[in-house]
Amino acid sequence: MYANKRLVDPAAWLLALLFPTLLILADAHAAAEIERGINEYADTSQSHLKSPDDPPAVVRVSSSTADHAEFKELQGPFGSGPEVTKACLGCHNEAGHQFMKGIHWTWEYQHPVTGQTLGKKHLVNNFCTNARGNEGMCAQCHAGYGWKDDSFDFSDQGNIDCLVCHDATGSYYRTPNSQGNAACSVMFEGKQPIDWAKVAQSVALPDRSNCGTCHFYGGGGDGVKHGDMDSSLKHPDKALDVHMDAQGLNFSCTECHQGEGHQWSGSRYNMDAKDSEGTGKPGQRRQVATCESCHGDTPHPGNNLKAVKLNGHTDRVACQTCHIPTFARGGVATKTDWDWRTAGKLKDGEGFKLKEYTQGNGEHRATYKSIKGDFKYGENLKPSYAWFDGVMNYTTIDTKFDPQAGPVKINSFNGAYDDPASRIWPFKQMHTTQPYDKGNNTLVYMHLWGDDPDSFWGNYDFGRAIKVGMERNGKPYSGEHGFIDTVSYWPITHMVAPKEQALACAECHAKEGRLSELNGFYMPGRDGFGWLDILGYMAVIGALLVALGHGMVRIVMCKKRVTEHCKDGE
Amino acid sequence: MAKREKHAVTIYTRYERFWHWTQALLIFLLAFTGFGLHGTHHLLPFSKAVMLHTFAAIALILLWIFTTFWNFTTGNWRQFLPNTKGLFAVIRYYAWGILFGEDHPHKKTLRRKQNALQGLAYLTFMVLIGPALWLTGIIYLLYDLWNEIPGAANGLFVVAFLHTAAAFLMVTFVIIHIYMTTTGKTPLHYIKTMISGVERVELTEVERAYLAEEHPERLKE
Ligand code: HEM
Repeated sequence: MYANKRLVDPAAWLLALLFPTLLILADAHAAAEIERGINEYADTSQSHLKSPDDPPAVVRVSSSTADHAEFKELQGPFGSGPEVTKACLGCHNEAGHQFMKGIHWTWEYQHPVTGQTLGKKHLVNNFCTNARGNEGMCAQCHAGYGWKDDSFDFSDQGNIDCLVCHDATGSYYRTPNSQGNAACSVMFEGKQPIDWAKVAQSVALPDRSNCGTCHFYGGGGDGVKHGDMDSSLKHPDKALDVHMDAQGLNFSCTECHQGEGHQWSGSRYNMDAKDSEGTGKPGQRRQVATCESCHGDTPHPGNNLKAVKLNGHTDRVACQTCHIPTFARGGVATKTDWDWRTAGKLKDGEGFKLKEYTQGNGEHRATYKSIKGDFKYGENLKPSYAWFDGVMNYTTIDTKFDPQAGPVKINSFNGAYDDPASRIWPFKQMHTTQPYDKGNNTLVYMHLWGDDPDSFWGNYDFGRAIKVGMERNGKPYSGEHGFIDTVSYWPITHMVAPKEQALACAECHAKEGRLSELNGFYMPGRDGFGWLDILGYMAVIGALLVALGHGMVRIVMCKKRVTEHCKDGE
Repeated sequence: MAKREKHAVTIYTRYERFWHWTQALLIFLLAFTGFGLHGTHHLLPFSKAVMLHTFAAIALILLWIFTTFWNFTTGNWRQFLPNTKGLFAVIRYYAWGILFGEDHPHKKTLRRKQNALQGLAYLTFMVLIGPALWLTGIIYLLYDLWNEIPGAANGLFVVAFLHTAAAFLMVTFVIIHIYMTTTGKTPLHYIKTMISGVERVELTEVERAYLAEEHPERLKE
């Protein structure tokens, strides 16, 4: 919950506690003004909630053969999440073992090609930089209970949170696993207690709002990270996403992110950038999230020239490139630029935020937060494009880089026009200026969250937060930090537009088209031939001039009655 | 030499005229759409340009196949045999003589409708520019069949380069060609001839007798 005690009338504040609508209004009222406190994630557990007028989730297979409400194991009473988990695992006795192998639990991924150890447990990104060491806050999006420090037991299946994915009531929520600084505590006040038995009895397959609880809010807020995933996908219309269209196909996430045994396809760490297997026959592979796995590699129907031409592109151009003309289209903005350097400004000794960006759906977004610095947002953004082979390389906490060599690429990838395994993909580019270890030329872990004097979200002291963040996680730190420019690349693959909105040819086949930055290969309409073109135009103009000159002399000679060419009639 | 007399005769048969004007239309369309997708002008969207270019190209290739067949079965191909006799006189005529009302050094006959320069130009058109365009054009069109060969991207560059080079030559040819049509007795004389097919040419007695006997409809007066 957030609203401002000083700016908003106290009566409205009380009412707002009771009526979320009023709360939003009060928030809008306070917008563009300064807001005290560093409350940040207050909305994430709210706006994903279902409302009574939501269309029912599409049932993919047949209706379930079991009604959980009737199981005596689920009658309760339950006092906590782990108690419910125990009841779940009592019947689903393999579910825990399955789930604990997956990335939603381990937050760790061993890349089969690069050998890098990835996952939220290790990586540094260019948003809030590191979950590592800040699990008390960040592990709200870990599908488990109670991960706040290294003592968390990853081998105890009793700690799994089944409900965050399987809750169908919309009344389930999570709060941070540990106390933050005093200034942050206001964030999670005033929530209705969870009716555990009711939630446990209504479990269902996950729908978009389940996955969206975390995946729509990556990077610390609605739509912040990806740009093609935000809360607008809870009830999208067809224009926003043809597959998730709430009145139409109404796909859940798992319709494409097929999975078995609690493992899902389609991780961004290792993507299938060019799926040449296409659709499978019944009984064949299912564990792929590619467009081709349903649409095949000749997806444009018909035996006409247009279809042939379009299908001729699929080996080199990802479907997403043409079919997602812009992202962040749903009225929710995405962050494009972040400057950590300005973090830590205070008003009357207190942190604050400035909400100076109003996004498509009318909500106001913070352009400055004391705890994070300055941001820029974008909506309806054109992606940037690059050859991509699906393999992501990361600048990890251990990677040394050259600070003079331009922005540090948080993630990078291979791919080229002459690499048959890669295709042209759309990306969101995120630019950030963030702290780094000036002595060792590495990224840093910051100690952001905690109810202690070292945490940045409280003391606003970079030097201290970095020193403690590095020490506690056993990473060498030179003792001196600076700020460095970084970029990260987010493959765009959601918000597939209706086919009428797919890119026209000339969006790319033009001199200043969307692919003008890609080079090394010839593309009709985009590329010319330099001197040949000059020579060619000269020949054409020359021929015209000769004809013109010769013709004029002939006309003159005819007018002077030397010749008779100009007279018509035989 | 046999005695010659001028007669109005159908010198371009119906097929020849059909061929000529269809080819003219298609080449105009191909040049317009081709340079549209090359980026020279933006008078039509890229997708339309590709569609029209491809269909017109297929039509032109069909026309050329028929015409090649026609040229050989009718013996018309002999009209295009290179013949440098009188070439210099023709060049001199266009550069100079025409400006002073001299007569054209070439006398059109049934056996030789074209002068030496014309013959050479049409030969270039038929064995060089034309084939260069359809050859590279077909390879270009079928890119998706060979794009997996290593180095295909560079191959495409070469193909597109040659195709564009030939297209420039074609447009240059067409401009000069159209201008030359105005050099007849009157500016529109040759155009009219290519429409009606009829031209006054000198016939030998034998030719006249042959036409009168076998093709009376070709002999207009
Ligand atoms: C005769 C058969 C022809 C064929 C099969 C053919 C085929 C093609 C193809 C496949 C393209 C590539 C664009 C696309 O994907 O559609 C193209 C481009 C082009 N064509 Fe043709 N064409 C032919 C004749 C002509 C003629 C007669 C002209 C002009 C007088 C012409 C001028 C051009 C130009 C300027 C381009 C653009 C080249 C570039 O920018 O890469 N073409 N043609």
